[in-house]
Amino acid sequence: MALKASDLKVGDTHTARLVEDLKRTQLVQYAGASGDYNPLHTDEVYTTKVAGYPSVFAHGMLTMGMTGKMLTDYVGDARLTKYGVRFTSQVWPGDTLDSTATVKALTGTDEAPLVELDVSTVNQNGVVVLSGYAEARIDP
Amino acid sequence: MAAETFPVEATHILMFARAVGDDNPVYADPAYAATTEAGGIIAPPTFVQASAQFDPDYPLRPKPGKPWFGSGGTPSGAAAGQGGGGNGGSLHAEQHYEYHRPLRPGDVLTATALPGRTWEKEGRRSGKLIFTEQVTEYRDQAGEKVITARGVGVRTERPVDQK
Repeated sequence: MALKASDLKVGDTHTARLVEDLKRTQLVQYAGASGDYNPLHTDEVYTTKVAGYPSVFAHGMLTMGMTGKMLTDYVGDARLTKYGVRFTSQVWPGDTLDSTATVKALTGTDEAPLVELDVSTVNQNGVVVLSGYAEARIDP
Repeated sequence: MAAETFPVEATHILMFARAVGDDNPVYADPAYAATTEAGGIIAPPTFVQASAQFDPDYPLRPKPGKPWFGSGGTPSGAAAGQGGGGNGGSLHAEQHYEYHRPLRPGDVLTATALPGRTWEKEGRRSGKLIFTEQVTEYRDQAGEKVITARGVGVRTERPVDQK
């Protein structure tokens, strides 16, 4: 269901859990689907012994993709006009992520209203792993 | 992304949606999708990133007969520091999309790389950082712009400190 401009106000929030105890297998799944086979995400031997990280870690784009579900569940299918993020901290196997969209502004016109959202995804320690924005078409 | 043509297919959308943990049937079930505002199967918002599959030279995919820097009999098939990871490796810093319309199975996209900026910054947790922006415009089979993507990669001097 699409959002209605008349039901929204600045500061409204929508929160969803993206993943609980992120599994390495999901990183493999994302590598296969996206085509990004960087061993940093799936190859524990390379990542710990050569790259110098404590373990494999998630593709930034997996976090952006999971956060995208929170957004489309909120604004509706085929409604996004903009979506952009910065990856602010790495996401590791075992992480649990929660994501929040906050209404920043209601823009557009009376006939074609838009909502601007702040987007933030945090891990189980409250560390922001993704920070960004989105814009979506909403109903009057 | 330098994919010359990127055919958007229903099976690929289904696999991609599964990988990001999105069980919305608008990405998988044509009969359900037909009843929604989308009017049929669409791709999830970050799907265009999978254009890497159609880039013949994409460096982060092993290719037959070519060296690969991931582990095999030894921890790396290439000298340390070549691609990936820390020690001068590259990470994804930012990604931005502008959507002109949703992607649908049957679309055939053409990607055009536009000039992007490069800049430097001193990082607290990983030494000198070199940022490189990549702007890609995706057009459909009719020549209409469907998505503009802007990615920012960062090369780090050393692996990101975990403290």
